[in-house]
Amino acid sequence: MNAGGQRRKRILVQVGFSSIAVLILAWTLFPAYYMVLLSLTPTDDLFRPGLYIEHPTLRSYIYTMGQDNPFVRYFWQQIGTSLIVALWTMAAVIVIASLGSFAMARIHFRFRRFISGLTLFTYIIPASFLSIPFFKMMADYDLIDTKLALVLAMVTFASPYALWVLSDYARTLPPEIEEAGAIDGAGVTTTFFYLYLPLILPPLIAIGTYAFLYAWNEYLYALLLLTGEQRIPLPVAMGNFLTTDNAPWNLLMAVSTVYAIPPVILYYCFKRYLVSGLVSGAVAGT
Amino acid sequence: MTARLLHNRTFHGFLFSAPLLALFGAFVIYPMGFGIYYALDRDSYRALFTDPIFLQTVWNTVWYVGVAVNVKLFLALLLSGILDYPYRWIRVLSALFLIPWAIPALPGILSFRWMLNSQWGIFNYLLTRFGLPSVPWLAQHDTALGAIMVFHVWKYLPFWTIIFLAGRRAIPKELYEAAAIDGAQPVQNFRYVTFPLLRNLYLICTLLSMVFTLGDFTVPWLLAGGAPGDSTHVLATLAYRYTFQMGRLEWGMATFAVALPVTLLFIFILLRWVKI
Repeated sequence: MNAGGQRRKRILVQVGFSSIAVLILAWTLFPAYYMVLLSLTPTDDLFRPGLYIEHPTLRSYIYTMGQDNPFVRYFWQQIGTSLIVALWTMAAVIVIASLGSFAMARIHFRFRRFISGLTLFTYIIPASFLSIPFFKMMADYDLIDTKLALVLAMVTFASPYALWVLSDYARTLPPEIEEAGAIDGAGVTTTFFYLYLPLILPPLIAIGTYAFLYAWNEYLYALLLLTGEQRIPLPVAMGNFLTTDNAPWNLLMAVSTVYAIPPVILYYCFKRYLVSGLVSGAVAGT
Repeated sequence: MTARLLHNRTFHGFLFSAPLLALFGAFVIYPMGFGIYYALDRDSYRALFTDPIFLQTVWNTVWYVGVAVNVKLFLALLLSGILDYPYRWIRVLSALFLIPWAIPALPGILSFRWMLNSQWGIFNYLLTRFGLPSVPWLAQHDTALGAIMVFHVWKYLPFWTIIFLAGRRAIPKELYEAAAIDGAQPVQNFRYVTFPLLRNLYLICTLLSMVFTLGDFTVPWLLAGGAPGDSTHVLATLAYRYTFQMGRLEWGMATFAVALPVTLLFIFILLRWVKI
């Protein structure tokens, strides 16, 4: 009797768990599934909605790759712009954050708290609040329509988190680094390059990825700072699809899928690092 | 000697943080001062507060931030409890669960937008299949704003769930063992162990997420674009409209300036709470 009750309870718990799991999966995956589904839909079937398609076709991808449609005429140039901006952002953030983290974590100087407060402030304040003055500033310097303007914006907003993660990691390193450097008579610069940098390599790779993704995913600043079909990065071009009434949605979804693939790969490779910084900061702060 | 060493240290500290300071000075402090200078014009506020679209926008933003963020974080707290179970299929589930977070916002928004299309969207297709009337999701204020909130929850739920999961895992196991000796059930575990220890994290996350969402542009802009009839704007999209579609730079700046006091208050609280 008791054993039977126990078993029934266990089955009930299992059923409950499974239905929650199915619900979560459906909620999570459906929009992504639908995006891929639409990208494989032939144009004739586009206006006959359904949960699956009978004749999947790669035609939208072939058009995209071959730039064989007015909407994707500059596809490679646009994805190239996205890539270049993301790579420059990554490089600049790595340099700035590794230098900054050395100061924040390893040098006990007077205005450190002030600088870390400023960093956190930049991290928290919504980037969009600064977008209009930033645009005005770039216009004054005649930098609109240059990749440099977008890179500067991305570096500014990606640096605080990068710095936070790196400094957090760097604080856990033993104090022997500086001591070893001092015994060998190394100056601060030598200690930084030969002792500190090799040790922070793992989180450095992670924050590089973070910065890359930040710039790759950005929409607002890209929309403001770059104009013209040949100069805009891919997300802005995708947004521009929406300004016409007869946008080819299967093509748009093919572009979307291509655009989403690099971030998905990078996120799954580095997901542990990408949250650990914020988590340790927030959890430790409580 | 000591004074010189100190001097030396300060010098080195500034040397290594110089690029950082230059960056923040040039692209955060300066534009902010600049923006505030423009936002000081009192006429802008008179114009804003007599514009019905602006008042609607403030309400939309309050709803968006208040509802979407809190629903999202509450769900994240619940889900982190489920994902904390040590079964193997849970690990598979939590890996798949990260997809919305990994995909950039834009493709997700576009997918939602087509799903909600009143003529050819999958939702209305399914509704009519079951004999229900179709809904013009993005063509009326309430459902359009609702769609923006739902998308926000879809996109950002995984991220906060992971944060809470990490928070749960940071709770020492001994506390649960002690509770088990006292005969605590799952609900009591949550009530007396998990919740008190997660409370601060939860509050910090709420504030942080609210500030982030306050400035959201991409989701409302690409999902609804203010439509129908400029009724679904939030602060960031309205500022964009004022500045770039109407050429009223000072109105755009003033729109953000309206949200600045509450933002700065939140940031001030966060700076005091979060250890840096």
